[in-house]
Amino acid sequence: MYPDSFEISAPGEREIRVTRLFDAPRQLVFDAFTKPELVRRWLLGPPGWTMPVCEIDLRAGGVYRYVWRQESDGKEMGMGGVYREIVLLERIVATERFDESWYAGEALDTTVFVGEGDFTRMTITVLYESMEARDTAKRSGMAGGMAVSYNRLEELLISTHAG
Amino acid sequence: MELNGYSNKASHRLDLTFAALADPTRRGILARLALGKAPVNELATPFAMSQPAISKHLKVLERAGLITRDRDAQRRLSRLEAKPLAEATEWLVDYRKFWESSFTRLDELLVDLQTPPKKKKRKHKNKKH
Repeated sequence: MYPDSFEISAPGEREIRVTRLFDAPRQLVFDAFTKPELVRRWLLGPPGWTMPVCEIDLRAGGVYRYVWRQESDGKEMGMGGVYREIVLLERIVATERFDESWYAGEALDTTVFVGEGDFTRMTITVLYESMEARDTAKRSGMAGGMAVSYNRLEELLISTHAG
Repeated sequence: MELNGYSNKASHRLDLTFAALADPTRRGILARLALGKAPVNELATPFAMSQPAISKHLKVLERAGLITRDRDAQRRLSRLEAKPLAEATEWLVDYRKFWESSFTRLDELLVDLQTPPKKKKRKHKNKKH
């Protein structure tokens, strides 16, 4: 895997996995994922969004809360959850729930950081209670976008260069 | 990025779509139907599967709205319906775009964090280190 490339897959019926290699040491990448002043500088999705709320209480039982805002029309999208397990520099396990999800339950996010020389490989696995939940929960915040043909569906599940 | 509220109906359809797609035989059937309508016996051949077995898969696809089937029992043709697939792929595109944009930004932040202060552009000439 090259830096700039990442992979998104659905390894089982209930999971989504995102993995990415970063050109930075593990401490920095871990900080970027766990310090609010850093998180809100990048976890924004496509242009036009800001992150007015970014709260992180990084400990088992601690709560996190994110709210994104689309500046063009003021629409907001919120999510949050509770940390189940923290191993500094290595692993974060947390529940995840979107405010506007049609799905009443929660997903479990596991984020793992592995040093590879000067690089860090980050993998997030989102585990839903069922496949239906996976597809329902994620969708509510991520609407819009262009329609593509069936042939591109498989393409979307393999790695690509972001650059 | 537009925030649409999906109705419950559309949401349920997406559930069925992903469930239907989570099977290689069904994906193969859809790929074949993308080329045009086909009867059951023709759909069964590439999989060395019995017609009843293929029919089970067709039922799942039909329930998800991914195909429609003729009522004529003799030569029942299945045809591909594009809309549910478009919805499913829209979702994946957006999810991927979210992460792609975010990670690009994170790359820039990580460069920034690793750049020693004296190499950065000085905004204030009088600022002491």
